[in-house]
Amino acid sequence: MAHHVLDMPATEPEIRALRIGDTVTLRRWLFGIRDATLIHMFDRDRRTRLDLNGHAVIHTAPNVHRVPVSNAAPVGYAPFCIGTTTSMRMERFTDALMEREGVRLIVGKGGMGPATLDAFAKRGGAYLAIVGGAAALETTWIETIVDVDLDDLHPESLWHFAIRDFGPLLVGIDSHGGSLFAEVQRDVAARRDAVIASLEDAR
Amino acid sequence: MDLDIREFEAVCRDLYVRALKILPPDIKAGFAELRRSETSATGRAILDTMVENVAVAERTKNILCQDTGIPIYNVVIGADVRVDGAALKAAIRRGCERATKEFSLRSSVVHPITRQNAQTSCGIRVPIIHIDFDDRPETLAVEMIPKGSGSENGSFLQMLLPSDGIGAAKRFVIDRVIELGGRVCPPTIVGVGLGGTSDLCMHLAKVAATRPLRSVCADPEGARIEADLSRAVNALGIGPQGLGGRSTSFAVHVELAATHITQNPVAVNIQCHSARRARATITPGGIAFD
Repeated sequence: MAHHVLDMPATEPEIRALRIGDTVTLRRWLFGIRDATLIHMFDRDRRTRLDLNGHAVIHTAPNVHRVPVSNAAPVGYAPFCIGTTTSMRMERFTDALMEREGVRLIVGKGGMGPATLDAFAKRGGAYLAIVGGAAALETTWIETIVDVDLDDLHPESLWHFAIRDFGPLLVGIDSHGGSLFAEVQRDVAARRDAVIASLEDAR
Repeated sequence: MDLDIREFEAVCRDLYVRALKILPPDIKAGFAELRRSETSATGRAILDTMVENVAVAERTKNILCQDTGIPIYNVVIGADVRVDGAALKAAIRRGCERATKEFSLRSSVVHPITRQNAQTSCGIRVPIIHIDFDDRPETLAVEMIPKGSGSENGSFLQMLLPSDGIGAAKRFVIDRVIELGGRVCPPTIVGVGLGGTSDLCMHLAKVAATRPLRSVCADPEGARIEADLSRAVNALGIGPQGLGGRSTSFAVHVELAATHITQNPVAVNIQCHSARRARATITPGGIAFD
């Protein structure tokens, strides 16, 4: 179980070195993305001027404050509460996000499925699990909102965050077919019948 | 008591913000209890992060979770309370909108077809308002629940047959909890509705999911089933965030209603670990938040 510090953007060999159970701290840049952003980018073929190549995206739609433009708020937004939404809804976009935009890492909660495992194995990506609902804490890891695109979808815009030591995050899915979530699901499936039997005995 | 509608509107605004910022004490106690029995190192670390988040939110005056939820207001009007019902509903809506604008909350509410976000946390039939009555003299209670959506997507209804028995309902709950895994932000409160019609059954599941921890189903048969299911879900091994461990749920809560001779409905609605709710009680003596 190694700990990795990644200065984003990352290279394919850096991502391929990650294994499930490892921990990661991200530095420099992180992008926020979620349902409407992905629907518009891929189902409606909208393009972004932001360069996601080699970068990490987090499944989020933040609470922000509108403030005067300054060095601390280059696009007039200050972070207020930024956390993570359930990743599985975004499952069908992983491959396209990697292929077209060059994304390498997905930060989210709850895990993702087989299509994401395949995309990570093929293109060199990984899923970093963050603790869902711990948004107040995660907000302290974000320095500034440096840019935003597709803001007509607000709050489901494409957000560009400057971060400080964002993590530790847990490698939940790696590029070698490993998934901590799938491992737990297999264990749970194996226990299911005994749990049901214990309920029937209880009557 | 004549309800001061302006004051009530401000209470509805403040309840939304309080609910987003202050985790109820029973949920905090629930975390401590789960932490003591958690055997997975990853599970313990995740629970510790969740507890740390509550402390950070309090220290930085931030909201607990970025999901401002779907706003739900539950109003209970006691005896000898004079209020214009339409004005009451309008005041709730204004309070909800003011919370969103004055505190710059994320509006998480969109039109279901156009997906347009009015940036007010309001829309058609939202905020959701439930009005009930009881016999407490000169008392109006209002509870605000910002229902988080990672867990709300964990909602199911099955119109089982009478011949399927209660066993099928219990299996349905276990199988839905397994299916949801980490998506609903465990540790959760699993709300189960039994009986009624389809719509009442689903509503009962929500009532159960948003009931305080350590509260017990008023029906003794329901209470027995919720105790059995509470033990069972934490033997599955899903754990905090679906990454393994004992702490899948704080509890399973059951609410029930009589049903038709042909029916055996069961519903599931999940509440995430950020199990937020806030309540105010208005009497001639003033406003008490709890």
